[in-house]
Amino acid sequence: MLKARIIPCLDVKDGRVVKGVNFVDLRDAGDPVQIAKAYDAAGADELCFLDITATHENRGIIFDVVRQTAEQCFMPLTVGGGVRATYDIRKLLLAGADKVSINTAAVKDPDFVAEAARKFGSQCIVVAVDAKKVSGDDEPPRWEIFTHGGREPTGIDAIGFSRKVVALGAGEILLTSMDRDGTGDGFDIDLTRAVSRAVNVPVIASGGVGSLQHLVDGIRKAEASAVLAASIFHFGTHTISEAKQFMAQQGVPVRLV
Amino acid sequence: MRVAIIDYGSGNLRSAQKSFERAATALDNAISIELVDTPEQVASADRVVLPGVGAYRDCHDGIHAIDGMWQVIEEHCTQKARPFLGICVGMQLMATRGLEHTVTPGFGWIEGDVDRIDVGDSDLKIPHMGWNTLDVTRPHALLDGIETGVDGQHAYFVHSYHLRARNEADVVATAQYGEPITAIVASGNMAGTQFHPEKSQTLGLAFISNFLTWAP
Repeated sequence: MLKARIIPCLDVKDGRVVKGVNFVDLRDAGDPVQIAKAYDAAGADELCFLDITATHENRGIIFDVVRQTAEQCFMPLTVGGGVRATYDIRKLLLAGADKVSINTAAVKDPDFVAEAARKFGSQCIVVAVDAKKVSGDDEPPRWEIFTHGGREPTGIDAIGFSRKVVALGAGEILLTSMDRDGTGDGFDIDLTRAVSRAVNVPVIASGGVGSLQHLVDGIRKAEASAVLAASIFHFGTHTISEAKQFMAQQGVPVRLV
Repeated sequence: MRVAIIDYGSGNLRSAQKSFERAATALDNAISIELVDTPEQVASADRVVLPGVGAYRDCHDGIHAIDGMWQVIEEHCTQKARPFLGICVGMQLMATRGLEHTVTPGFGWIEGDVDRIDVGDSDLKIPHMGWNTLDVTRPHALLDGIETGVDGQHAYFVHSYHLRARNEADVVATAQYGEPITAIVASGNMAGTQFHPEKSQTLGLAFISNFLTWAP
């Protein structure tokens, strides 16, 4: 049977992993290629790079990182950050990414998703949806898309937008709760479940993981197909293997290696 | 021995090449893995690998866009009867027809159509994306040393269509996803996997190694 996926995510800036990783002895804890290899060996189901390079001159570095990773890791790799044109997608796929995640460009121009899916196939087009709750406590829940790291509201309904990009050809939704991101309080279960039920493609839950129980909740309660986490793995709080053992004990089907 | 991985513009083949190289190095230094894009290079290869991602029609058109490529692959598989491995859409092209978007003829070595996965009334998502186990329907040398069944090793899948083989004997393994999904087909010197061995870590490297030593 198909297993729930656990996906560590690395923020990469100018070719270096922001904050580094200390779960295993690495010669260079900031080298994304070494970290990718370590996660590959640890049994991660996929890997995600988010390129947060700000300067134009350094935008090309990520392609080298992806190229070297693809040569050494035989696991699926998703790369996002700064993807604005089909040219960017082509370059990332040619460098060795298996999937490319589109964020701001999909919000600005949803037809870009259709064009990308037509050119490269839905299987490699992920749309990253960053959502924040905008309804009050006694109102029906409503989440809105935010861009620029959660600072810019767009007025666009997150569930309607998710439906729309899937209809246009997105093969997967990477859903991040901007309310929970970085808090360690767990996924926004209501948001994730609402999006999972609204679309017929896999949804990756993201934002807020602080414990292994949160990973279980992402699959069982929020009905996501995959869970993405960063700090609980990077800072060595838990290993991928511990996470999978725990999830298996709680009855979540996972790939034990 | 020369192994040719055909590059006809369908996605990145670096991982495929590197994974085959890794498996080859563990076996024997006399195996060379080459990314090729001309019919001449395919004609002289001992083993041929046909990858493929994206839409059926695009892969079909991509091969036909290289003059003589479709024919030389046919010759390798039928007249010369040398080992062949199709991966993902490369495997689907072994079928009679693809029904994705439009009807597209395949090589026709495995009788059957490539049709959308039917998950019925279940809430299963399409694409079938992620790690699944394999259920063996017919023992095969390509699965030597690989643990199969519900507690077995996992293969990485990402696809919305699959090959419905008309003859059960052509199917070597399936994966359960709403219905049994065709995971491996084989007929004589030809084999194909719906999953990506180059992305399937332990199982993938073992499978590639078996293909490199396969004597059909």
